[in-house]
Order: sequence, then C-alpha cells, then structure tokens
Amino acid sequence: MNVIPPPTIIPPTPDAPIVSLRAVFKSFGANNVLQGISLDVAKGETICIIGPSGSGKSTLIRCINALVPIDSGSIQVQGIEVNDPHLDKLSLRRRVGIVFQQYNLFPHKTALENIMMAPITVLKQEKAEVEARARALMKKVRLAGKEDFYPGELSGGQQQRVAIARSLAMRPDVMLFDEVTAALDPETKKEVLVTIQDLAKDGMTCIVVTHEMGFAREVSNHVYLTEHGLIVEHAPPAEFFSNPKDARTREFLSQVL
Amino acid sequence: MLRFRDAFTPLPFLGASATAVRSWRQTQRTALVVLTAVFVTSAAMAANGGQPSIFSILIKWSPLLLWGFLFNLLISILSMGAGTLVGVPLGMLQTSPVRPVAAVARFITQFFRNAPWLVMLFICVMLLPFEIRVFGLRIPFPDWVKAVIGFALPAMANVAEIVRGAMISVPSGQWESAESLGFTRTQCVMKIILPQCIKRMLPPWMNLYSLITMATVNASVVGVNEMLTLTAQVHAAEGSRPELLAPLYAYSLVCFFIYAYPIGKWTEYLERKYQVKD
Repeated sequence: MNVIPPPTIIPPTPDAPIVSLRAVFKSFGANNVLQGISLDVAKGETICIIGPSGSGKSTLIRCINALVPIDSGSIQVQGIEVNDPHLDKLSLRRRVGIVFQQYNLFPHKTALENIMMAPITVLKQEKAEVEARARALMKKVRLAGKEDFYPGELSGGQQQRVAIARSLAMRPDVMLFDEVTAALDPETKKEVLVTIQDLAKDGMTCIVVTHEMGFAREVSNHVYLTEHGLIVEHAPPAEFFSNPKDARTREFLSQVL
Repeated sequence: MLRFRDAFTPLPFLGASATAVRSWRQTQRTALVVLTAVFVTSAAMAANGGQPSIFSILIKWSPLLLWGFLFNLLISILSMGAGTLVGVPLGMLQTSPVRPVAAVARFITQFFRNAPWLVMLFICVMLLPFEIRVFGLRIPFPDWVKAVIGFALPAMANVAEIVRGAMISVPSGQWESAESLGFTRTQCVMKIILPQCIKRMLPPWMNLYSLITMATVNASVVGVNEMLTLTAQVHAAEGSRPELLAPLYAYSLVCFFIYAYPIGKWTEYLERKYQVKD
C-alpha cells in the first residue's frame, strides 16, 4: 500500500493542484464511508476512481462539491476550503460541475432549457448569450437538433450528454462524473464516454468515478483504487493496470478485467 | 328515456379518448338511475289528490333553490381559492430545512386538518366580529364570509398536505442536481420542484374541492342562506307537509350530484392518465 503524504499547506501557486483532499473522514452513523482520503488533482488532469461497490467512491465525489458535508479533514478546490462552515456554496458550485448516474434532468424543461436554466437563474446572465452558448454546447455533445426535445423523449445516453452540457454551461473548472454510464446499455455508453474523452482532451479537469476499466486505462492520467473508505493504490494507468503492487488491486482487477 | 340519454354528450375537454367516452357512458347510466329514483319518489308523492303536485312545487321554487345552490358554489370556490392561496406556501414551509419554521407549519397543518369542519365553522361564525373598522372604514363581515373562512381553514390544511406530499415525492436527484448547479433552495422549489408537482397535485386537489363543495351545506346550521336553508324555508312555505321533505331534499341532492360527479370522474381520468405517464 502506498504511503499517503501527510497534510501540508499548499501555497497558492499556478502549479498548485486544482483539487486537493487531505485526510478526509466521513461516516453515516456507524458506517465509516471515508477513512482518511488524500489525493491531488492537477489542472487539466483526468483521474479515475475505481473500486468495489460501497467503497465510498460516490460519497467521495459528492464531498468535493459540498453535497455531502465531511466530518474532518480538508478539501480545497482552487483555494476554496470546502470544509468551512462559512463556505460560499455558490462560488464553489459554479467552479465544480457534477454529472450523476441517473442524469437528473429537469423533466418539465426541454434539453435546451435544461442547459440554460442555471446560468440565467443562478448567475443572472443575459438570456441571448446563454442561449447561444447552450446551442453550442448541444453541438459539442453531438446533440444538435434535439434542443426542443423533453428529457422523456431522449435515450439514456442522450439525456446523460444533455446533463453534461448542462453542467458545462456554468463554465466550471472541474467536472465530477459519478458512474455516469452505469445505467446505460453498451451502445449508448460509448457515446457518453467519448463525450467525456473530448472534454478531457480539451483540457477540462475531470474526476471520474467509473467501472469502465477501458476508459480508465485509455483516458485518465491517474487511477485510484478505493476500498473500505481508503485509497488502496494509485498510479498512472499503464503502471496501475500492468504492474499493480497491492494484492487487493490484483484481486479487484482479476474480477473486473 | 332515450331522449334523456341523448341529451348527454361527452364534454369537449375529455377529448375523444376511448376510456373517457366509456367513463362518460357510465356517468350517464349512474345519473340516470339516481334521477329516475327521484322521479319515481316524486310521482308517488304527487299521487296525493287535491294538493298541488310535487313537480309544480319544484318548478315554482326552482329559481330560489338554484340561486341558493349557486351560493353554495360561490362559497366552495372562494373557500378553495383562499385555502389554496395559503395552503401552498404552508405546504412548502413544512419541507423547510429551518427546523422551527417546518415545525410551526407542521403544527398549523395538523391542527386544522384534525378539527371537525362543522366545529371550525361554528368557531369562525361565533368568534369573528360582524364588521372590521380600519382607519374609519367599516368593512362588514357577514356570516357567509365567516363561513368561507370556516371552510378555507380545513381546505388550507389539506392543500398543505397535498403540496408537502407531492414535494417529497419528487426524486431526491432533482434536489441534488439543482443544488449542485448553484440553485438556492427557494429557486429550486419555485422553478424545479413545484412545476413538477402540479400534475401530481391536481387529482387530490380536485377531490378535496368536491368534499368542500359537499360540506358547504353545513353553512345552513349557522344561518347562511344557501340551498339547504332555502329548502327548509320552501318546505315551511308549502305548509310543512311531511311528504314534501324527501323530494325537496332529493332535489338538492341531485343538484350537488350533477355538479360533483363529473368532477370525480374527471379526477379519476386524470389519475389514470398521469399514472401511465409518470
């Protein structure tokens, strides 16, 4: 098992990680979900978090945008301390986008309206400018022509790409993906993964919780394996998949590959 | 009989859907049975020689009785309107993350939901002043306005429950994604949660309205000149003949039935429609 570096104070330099977790603990009642997680993500990097179900991956990702408050430790996103009782949630959330397994589009709004809603309501931006950006985003996620469709009229993969566009409309610096392909069938899975891959190539910082080993191997810069709320092993994908050091990593990979 | 049946045509808002038409056939049949029963009773009464027939009495007093019925409808609409206006925010406050606010809203709702409607009506009529003076302005407060308030309170509490129930039935993912897009709680409720609730709330809301409409006859107990009060007066005016009681009250029953039954059917139809879609 790799030794996790002790907490250090990171000076705000251009090279500083965009997301940085130090000794993050979280429990739900007697269930200790996170038991001291530390990791750093550099700007423009894509990391994948893999691990068995119930190992705390989803909780971990939800902590980063303060959807789940942590018990102790520190989470910094571009110098914003997330575990601060006086946290300005809006300033955090406009920097961090998140996409969920169940898409969670607003069913009473069209695809385009879904994308436009937050910038207009939350950021009070100009409607015409937001609409132009929303249309461009629909094109970017390869859904041009589906602007006026309601979520119920779109396939799972299409809905998920609208959800990605909706998050991007807030112009975040970091994107979180929480098992976004887990509810999709194999064909539609691909189109969503390609969309994320495009984003990563464009330099978006992505934190991806996934069961797609192929994606982790090809797209990510770094792979983390979590188990029982701890990081078991982390390494660049080439090393992680071809030469795992920890016995638990080998065990996990033998099950999923 | 055939001619009577033909007089019923499906209402346009139901569209041409097969189920709607079927349910309207049912409506016709049920209405037919009830009305026939009333007519048979009336005919038996009318057989009493010498006295004016029940039909002529009903026709004679119909304008007055129907005016009373309209008053019932006015009370029901105003009560439901006021109850909805206050009940919707009350229901929303019950889901507030601010504990004391939610607790107070919850208490108000439970208090008015668990009080008998007639008792509430009595209290309103007895306790409210007959007029209010504001800056030298005299605003009269007649009994029927008090009755509206008396019915609006339980309507409010029940609407609040409907709203609360609909809000918590929206999947938690909707709250989660709104929150992570930076929506404040109020923005989320107003723009995302409530619009999705309207479909879910409509059938129980209409059901509640039917109940309130039926309950408006309670206002006769506190002397409001609605249909039931007028029915009693008509009975007295016709010499309080005991054989007139049944047909006269059956007449108001039929009026309420004709009004409420389609609402009930429409509610069922909406429930089915949304059940399939959601």
